[in-house]
Amino acid sequence: MCKECGCGLPGEDPVGVSAHHHEHAHVHEHDDEHEHEHGAGHHHGDEHEHPHTHPHTHAHQHDETEHQQADGVGGGTRRTVEVRRAILDKNDRLAERNRGFFRARGLLVLNFLSAPGSGKTSFIRESVQKLGPDLKAGVIVGDLATDNDAQRLRESGAPVVQITTGTVCHLEAEMVSRAVKRLDLTGLNLLIIENVGNLVCPASYDLGEDLRIVLLSVTEGEDKPLKYPPMFQSADVVIISKIDLAQACGYDRDTALANIRRAAPKARIFETSAKTGQGMEAWREFLFQQQQERKALDPLSL
Amino acid sequence: MHELSIMQSALSLALDQARQAGGSRVHTIRLRIGALSGVVPEALEFAFEALAPGTPAEGAKLAVEHVPARFWCAQCAREFQSDDLFAECPGCHSPSGELRAGREMELASLEID
Repeated sequence: MCKECGCGLPGEDPVGVSAHHHEHAHVHEHDDEHEHEHGAGHHHGDEHEHPHTHPHTHAHQHDETEHQQADGVGGGTRRTVEVRRAILDKNDRLAERNRGFFRARGLLVLNFLSAPGSGKTSFIRESVQKLGPDLKAGVIVGDLATDNDAQRLRESGAPVVQITTGTVCHLEAEMVSRAVKRLDLTGLNLLIIENVGNLVCPASYDLGEDLRIVLLSVTEGEDKPLKYPPMFQSADVVIISKIDLAQACGYDRDTALANIRRAAPKARIFETSAKTGQGMEAWREFLFQQQQERKALDPLSL
Repeated sequence: MHELSIMQSALSLALDQARQAGGSRVHTIRLRIGALSGVVPEALEFAFEALAPGTPAEGAKLAVEHVPARFWCAQCAREFQSDDLFAECPGCHSPSGELRAGREMELASLEID
């Protein structure tokens, strides 16, 4: 379940509002005709609630004292359980597993995020075509529907896997781990993940990437980094795209750069145009350096 | 909408943890929510009331602990508090690069039996 906008999510157990409600928690009325393997001596007089993941098999053992409740409020065994876990803990753990897998493979992994229409697909396609002989990329692309972007990306010659999320507005670590299984990683040293176009929800979901790349096109307005701070704050790199349109749309470069630096003081900034190729060489050089640094960190690579 | 789905994840985790601890009823759910998490505690409460009925957490108390935002200024080597997302260091007025606390969305503890 997406914590930001409430869109549906196949990977987790929604509680209470989905069609799966009955699989997660339901109320039992225990009576004598019940087929459960209870020990003798139980007397369920009241409505009793069990948290079951399995609707009709009761394999767990009931302690005698648990059932000596007058009204279901508790039998004097009330206790505190320390949990201290992030609400999105499940995704975070799966992301770490992905990260370990990617490291072992020597892959530099990029998570591309932006609003719809910022030019992620064009930018990635041009990047992949101009990587040169040292970098070989595979691409995973997420969209709510259609594989149009995957088809456009295949024009670059790179292997591409499409994730169609249905109603889900962001990618999650689990979706990426499933998609990677469909990608032939032989000979690849760069994995590019194009997230669903959305500047809110994907910010909260770690996919196991090395770098978060946030795109901002000159047509979107200079104040976007201030309007969507969590996304820009999480960026390692900010790409200003469609710089060839800067003059036509009255783009204020100084204001845009100041706003990006305010929201993301540590992010590297590249000003690019996938159409004219402006700034693409500096970006390629950056990726090459990042890949070399990853390789140097890996004790197993020579 | 946003708090409804956070609450769903939190309740899911809480029921899972309660079950693992052998509990059949949840009496209190304690959350820690950071000042910069973008989550409104009142909206969480509302979402909880909508989601809890029919689960072992029906009627449980939702306790939300507010975690203030703390930043680290590397230049001044000091920590400072601010609930502004674009906080400036009160010493050198440079924008902080490091958020040390304030983004939390955590299930802290449960009271069960």
